[in-house]
Amino acid sequence: MQKIKPLDHLILILGALFLCTPVVMALMSSTHAAIDIHSNGLFLTPGSHGAETYTKVLTSRGGFTGDVTGLLMLTNSMIMGLGFAIGKIALSMMAAYALVYFRFRFATLIFWAIFATLLLPLEVRIMPSYQVMSELHLLNTYTGLIVPLLASATGTFFFRQFFRSVPDELLEAARIDGAGPVKFFIDVLVPLSKTMMAAIFIIMFIYGWNQYLWPLLMTTDESFFTLMRGIKSILQVWVGSQIPDYNEAFALAVLAMVPPVAVVVIFQRMFIKGLTESDK
Amino acid sequence: MTDTPFTIAEAETTLFARLRRWWSGETANPVKRVQFDRPLTPWMFLLPQLAVVAIFFYWPSVQAVTSSFYLEDPFGFGATFVALDNYTDALTSRGYLSTAAFTAFFCVVVTALSLGLGLLLAVKADKVIRGAETYKTLLISVYAIAPPVAGLIGMMFFDMHMGPFTQMAAWFGYDLKVGIDYWDTASALIVISVWKQIPYNFIFFLSGLQSVPVSVREAALIDAKSGWRRFCDITLPLLAPTAFFLLVINITYTMFDTFPIIDVIVKDKPANNPMTLVYKVYLDGFKGNDIGGSSAQSVILMVVVALLTVLQFRFLERRVHYG
Repeated sequence: MQKIKPLDHLILILGALFLCTPVVMALMSSTHAAIDIHSNGLFLTPGSHGAETYTKVLTSRGGFTGDVTGLLMLTNSMIMGLGFAIGKIALSMMAAYALVYFRFRFATLIFWAIFATLLLPLEVRIMPSYQVMSELHLLNTYTGLIVPLLASATGTFFFRQFFRSVPDELLEAARIDGAGPVKFFIDVLVPLSKTMMAAIFIIMFIYGWNQYLWPLLMTTDESFFTLMRGIKSILQVWVGSQIPDYNEAFALAVLAMVPPVAVVVIFQRMFIKGLTESDK
Repeated sequence: MTDTPFTIAEAETTLFARLRRWWSGETANPVKRVQFDRPLTPWMFLLPQLAVVAIFFYWPSVQAVTSSFYLEDPFGFGATFVALDNYTDALTSRGYLSTAAFTAFFCVVVTALSLGLGLLLAVKADKVIRGAETYKTLLISVYAIAPPVAGLIGMMFFDMHMGPFTQMAAWFGYDLKVGIDYWDTASALIVISVWKQIPYNFIFFLSGLQSVPVSVREAALIDAKSGWRRFCDITLPLLAPTAFFLLVINITYTMFDTFPIIDVIVKDKPANNPMTLVYKVYLDGFKGNDIGGSSAQSVILMVVVALLTVLQFRFLERRVHYG
């Protein structure tokens, strides 16, 4: 095959360094005292204040926000990631099933009505979305955090494509055996989609976990803060303080990035499948 | 993915024929040879998704369009109909135009750099054998990092007291002032946004490269000695559909998903800092309380995004045809 030159490795190593050094530095710096970071800059080696910093960030109230602990934010982020991923898979599988396996009136109209949501990301309609949420009294609720984000058809689109590739013979066989639509869905289609569901789950979990703008608007009550919202708060506290809590900020960043990065690294193959086949 | 999302036949029928089909429920080419034929069951399956879409998508979108024609009192005492004033105000204001110009510039630079670097790394990772998996894992993992976290880490690297980049700039006698100097902030935003987006492009380019059949690669090896020739004549054309698709995705990313990075770096203090159109929608709406103006800007953005998405679908189709 092709000849491999040392230059190829050099480029890859430089690329990996460019991408990974900031992450390693954040991790290492989070184990040093704020004052050391302030006077010496960022670190590439572990320090001795790690346990202290992380205990403080995870458990103490009032470290950087009024009365929310890192542990609570971690839980909220988890609820957000899991709730979004599960909700998305449930809603979109059902909708895609109806669109692919049924003949009914307005099917095409419904198809376009659902897929038009792909046209506009949440960011362009944040102001009116906020007003709608406050009219529905959904500010500061988990429902308000998760459900509005489900209103995009990415998952539906993906499952529609997948269901179309399922052989027709399966439905014919199931009908001969006397299975109704609900039974066919639960006993045949859902087990068949397991790999797809896992792949989509990974993508959607990361998407939900990483949400920033929506939680920022939806939550003023600190008990609903996610880690991303916490990052915003810790930076707001910095204005005017003597030596910023660099170590705590880094610890928070590490907490916020470890779960999604771990998911990607562990389930790499499935993650790539989910990403490249769902096209976002 | 084996078939196109919207078939050509579907797109090119007349409005009348389409309306008739909406009514009768049949599609031009049914997705399945056999389908269930029950009037109520599909609605049961569709109901949750339709409810969410109606309440959280259509309602706010319609409201955005309506409130863009009104001038709302900042203290909530009613609204006055002002027709297109909000649009003309936005489109003629110097602040809006300079933000639009920066957004365009930002899109071009971030897209070019992250596509270029992603492609370079993918080509190299596709070539090496030793350590290929390690490189892949290292290059992919950053994808999972949230933009605000990227912004936070980036902010530390550009910190005026102890940021490594600031110190490096100081060696060359340059005083890097991110958050104060317009172009310094812009450079920081670009570096962080590119950093965050490289893994995404890398994943798609690599999977595009790996789907090139071995026979094609071997034939290319025999025909062209120089690696650069092979890359230009064989690899690039084969990757073109992926690249077009990524182009649209990257523009969308730069316009919308960089919001958290900008928010972390600029921190609600637009003073003399660059920002994107989406960030301006947020600032004017939530900090400036200019609901009508913010809505008008939203609607303008909606049109831009809608156009981008239509483009994306076109390329998605092409990607499927070639790939």
